[in-house]
Amino acid sequence: MARNRIFNILIPIISVLLGLIAGAIIMLISGHNPIEGYRALWNGAFGDAFTLGETARRTTPLILTGLAVAFAFRTGLFNIGAEGQVIVGWLAAVWVGLAIDAPMYIHLPLAIAAAALAGAIWGFVPGILKAKLGVHEVIVTIMMNYIALFITNEIIRNVLTDHTTTTEAIAPTASLASEWLQGITYFSRLHYGFLIALFAAAVMWFLIQRTTIGYELKAVGFNQHASKYAGMNVSKNIILSMAIAGAFAGLAGAMEGLGTYGTISVMSGFTNLGFDGIAVALLGANTAFGVVLAAILFGVLKEGAGEMPTGAGVPTELVDIIIALIIFFVASSYIIRWALIRFKKEGK
Amino acid sequence: MIEILQSVIPTTLFFSAPLIFTALGGVFSERSGVVNIGLEGLMVMGAFVGIVFNLAFADVFGVWTPWVSIAVATIVSAIFSVIHAVASISFRADQVVSGVAINFLALGIGVYLTKQWYGKGQTDMVSQPFFTTNVPFLSDIPFIGPIFFKGIYVTSYLAIIAAFIAWYVLYKTSFGLRLRAVGEHPMAADTNGINVYKMRYIAVILSGALGGLGGSVFALTIVSNFSHSTIVGQGFMSLAAVIFGKWHPLGAMGAALFFGFAQSLSVVGSGIPILENVPQVFLLIAPYVLTILALAGFIGRADAPKANGVPYIKGSR
Repeated sequence: MARNRIFNILIPIISVLLGLIAGAIIMLISGHNPIEGYRALWNGAFGDAFTLGETARRTTPLILTGLAVAFAFRTGLFNIGAEGQVIVGWLAAVWVGLAIDAPMYIHLPLAIAAAALAGAIWGFVPGILKAKLGVHEVIVTIMMNYIALFITNEIIRNVLTDHTTTTEAIAPTASLASEWLQGITYFSRLHYGFLIALFAAAVMWFLIQRTTIGYELKAVGFNQHASKYAGMNVSKNIILSMAIAGAFAGLAGAMEGLGTYGTISVMSGFTNLGFDGIAVALLGANTAFGVVLAAILFGVLKEGAGEMPTGAGVPTELVDIIIALIIFFVASSYIIRWALIRFKKEGK
Repeated sequence: MIEILQSVIPTTLFFSAPLIFTALGGVFSERSGVVNIGLEGLMVMGAFVGIVFNLAFADVFGVWTPWVSIAVATIVSAIFSVIHAVASISFRADQVVSGVAINFLALGIGVYLTKQWYGKGQTDMVSQPFFTTNVPFLSDIPFIGPIFFKGIYVTSYLAIIAAFIAWYVLYKTSFGLRLRAVGEHPMAADTNGINVYKMRYIAVILSGALGGLGGSVFALTIVSNFSHSTIVGQGFMSLAAVIFGKWHPLGAMGAALFFGFAQSLSVVGSGIPILENVPQVFLLIAPYVLTILALAGFIGRADAPKANGVPYIKGSR
């Protein structure tokens, strides 16, 4: 057991290191100075108050999409649909933000709840199909992503606006933006959503570790047949898990809609928040605390990447390559584990 | 009526060809028991290589450039797919996760190198894309000629021929029987002396080759340049075609043709009287909704190969 725990901590760390080393090698091969490259990345993420604020801003939705993937994973479900759930959550949040006129203490919670609900519905569909008909959730969630994208674009064009590509800004009573936070971070787009994301992580930890609901969800993830034999309702738990996961992703959409942008625009492709969430959950070993750490790491990498072209002439996509490699290394943990054990034996 | 068919059928073939190639790749991979969410990334790689090679060697190969380009893209993507094979077959990685990583990696490498080599986020337009042709003699047949053989891309017919070849290989050769056996019951196959790992490697590499072919055909017929938004979802749509076609090469071809038809309707639909009032969004989401319905069993049952997604570990039961 103790050995397993050490591996669970070692493998993500080794994977990140290997990813960064691979990134350095790629920079070397393509004629850049890796030290300058990583220095630019560091400055881009931590250089001053503004970049710090932006890094935190970028981390916020990643925490939530990471939770969305991790939560479903604990029940043995693979939620590739976080992407679509983010989009419908974003749409719902902005829609409520535009359409309703109410004081802030009603309007803001309502907009956030709408986002969570929209995401939950988008997670509910693959959940019920899996539970009742045994349809694989991976394929359904991929399809739901595209359905979300196209329907959302259509609603933006024809319902929320008169054939334009961006909605008006939401009412200030539904906004998460904070002049105070912007003030201390030199006018970055940091908003109160950061607190919501951390709170959501705490909620996931509490649900999974401290409630009977979480116990059942985990049990179903470990062994459906045993759970059924023990009298648990497997179908209900699968649906519940997907719906809660969807709600987390929907909240990530609210962060963008109510916090960062205050609008929603027609999208030509995906936001990638949901797909990044897969990487975050994987690196965070599907635990709430791990997800927060992994989200911070990816937030840093992605925000810092913005500085790399100007600071060192390195294209920002280097970070995408690094993240992809980190996913590979974590996913192939079997081989890292094997190498570690081998290494240890030879050392003796 | 003829005019409608004349506008719909060539565009259907035009949109379907890349989907057919890629979906066939998906069929090979999944039939051998390896889930391939990475089809999208394999298409990205194919599109990138196809465009870059075309730009670099247009002077050398002249009118043959697009053909050489898709051949090179096929080979490079086949090599690229080895990453997915190693991770999911030898390293026992979660195949879905590995596929997701392939998608990230292909796009990352493609755009990184594009910026590195061209100094901007997209390449120039290629000078030697595929052009439409009229098939000699056949296009002169009244009625059928103008619909099927005028202003079409030869690649569209190659895709359909490829589907029949794939069907023959999978169902009429011992290689195909072995490949399917490995995907249904790897332990039984192993007991019979079939090398499970080797078959799966071959299948994944084939899917890389076909995915790369599909991506490069898409790039060289439809968009003519490469950027981060060249391939947006065609790979996932091909995956949908694999499932909608029930993991059968001809079924996948039929599904891909149908998806191409839906896409062509969303493009030329406004000119067709019945479809004038149907909002475009319904045609856009149709392939995805239909796939979900097919999976849910409303349109015949779709059963995946039994061992799909399960790494084979020798000696385990």
